Amino acid sequence: MRARIWGCRGSLASPGPETVRYGGNTSCVELRLSDDRLLIIDAGTGIRGLGVSLGHEPPAHIDLLLSHLHLDHIEGLGFFTPIWNKDCEIRIWGPPSTTHTLRERLATYFSPPLFPVHIDKIPSKLVYQDVPEEEEWELGTAVLRAQRVNHPGPTVGYRIEEGGKVLTYISDHEPAMGIDLAAADPDWVSGYSIAYGADVMFHDAQYTEDEYPQRVGWGHSSIAHTVTFGLITKVERLIMFHHDPLHTDAQLESMLVRAKELWGTDRDGLVLGYEGMEVELA
Amino acid sequence: MEQKSLVLILARELADKLATAVFVVDDEGTLVYFNERAAEILGKSFAEAGAMTINEWAEAFEPLSHDDQPLAADDLPLVAALRTRNPAHRSFRIQGADGASRRIAVTALPLLARSDEVVGAAALFWEDGGEGS
Repeated sequence: MRARIWGCRGSLASPGPETVRYGGNTSCVELRLSDDRLLIIDAGTGIRGLGVSLGHEPPAHIDLLLSHLHLDHIEGLGFFTPIWNKDCEIRIWGPPSTTHTLRERLATYFSPPLFPVHIDKIPSKLVYQDVPEEEEWELGTAVLRAQRVNHPGPTVGYRIEEGGKVLTYISDHEPAMGIDLAAADPDWVSGYSIAYGADVMFHDAQYTEDEYPQRVGWGHSSIAHTVTFGLITKVERLIMFHHDPLHTDAQLESMLVRAKELWGTDRDGLVLGYEGMEVELA
Repeated sequence: MEQKSLVLILARELADKLATAVFVVDDEGTLVYFNERAAEILGKSFAEAGAMTINEWAEAFEPLSHDDQPLAADDLPLVAALRTRNPAHRSFRIQGADGASRRIAVTALPLLARSDEVVGAAALFWEDGGEGS
């Protein structure tokens, strides 16, 4: 399994000279299974470049896994070239809602005045699928598990396993809300079981420790929470993800210095996610 | 690895922050948490009580009707909320672990993660000086 980041910015696309090293596109990760099957996690603005990279003959079948339907995770979908290809089938997986179907929620975006083309007029075959929440399921050679995590609105994290290697993706997550993560019983920590023992985890690292107290309940983590969550779940490699749109490259690098102090300067495995970053799990 | 439902996690965190007594059970009725105000009424802390099955906690606090008849687990609002998936309310008397007898009013709410998925129930309760059922 190989992963490539096409967008790791949180909340709002933030292009410009101060974000060139880590990128300004919102969340999108390309996964290639060992047989080259394509899975995509989230459809932030980064998915535009991914679509372009697929050329004029994209795979006939693509699985798109949405963590949730906040705009920064779906706003690139209208500019993902395969959705305009009538020969392409895209199965869109997303968290169930108690009130609306996945298609209805996506149609809120794919309809005027937010978007000129209604979802029913998209030529590719779109298949909408709520993620199973009680059991694992398979996509080709990968075994997947989705679990609701603490973030406003229906939101899931994903655990994807292939060939004994595990990748966990929890882009928007506030596991520390109201609890002391380091002391909490693991059973009572949001996202714990899908993160536990992962070889690689992409995890929310939006705020500094100083910023978080003014943003409690917004659904994101401080870097201290991110590192603590990574340590208690014993992940091998932790990729800081969902960078705040107001943070420059220099600020992100200073956050990394602080995060490494907490992670342990004598151990590897903690990095800032950046556009174009590739991770091999083999 | 199994872990608690997110709805149950958030219910426990809410209970922890409330000054109102709250008692939280999972989908099988197993006690998973009660807060400090509940501990005052029940006469022991959750750390002392620990997780208890539905029959254990239903017996431990010796619930009695107002005419001093023992109440079965099925007569308690929490169990009714789990079973019917609807809120339930009742006032009755309990015997706290500290030996004190207290009349309490209980309103129990089922915790539905989805319309077809009950992950537990939460009971809010308070000492009740008035007449009740």
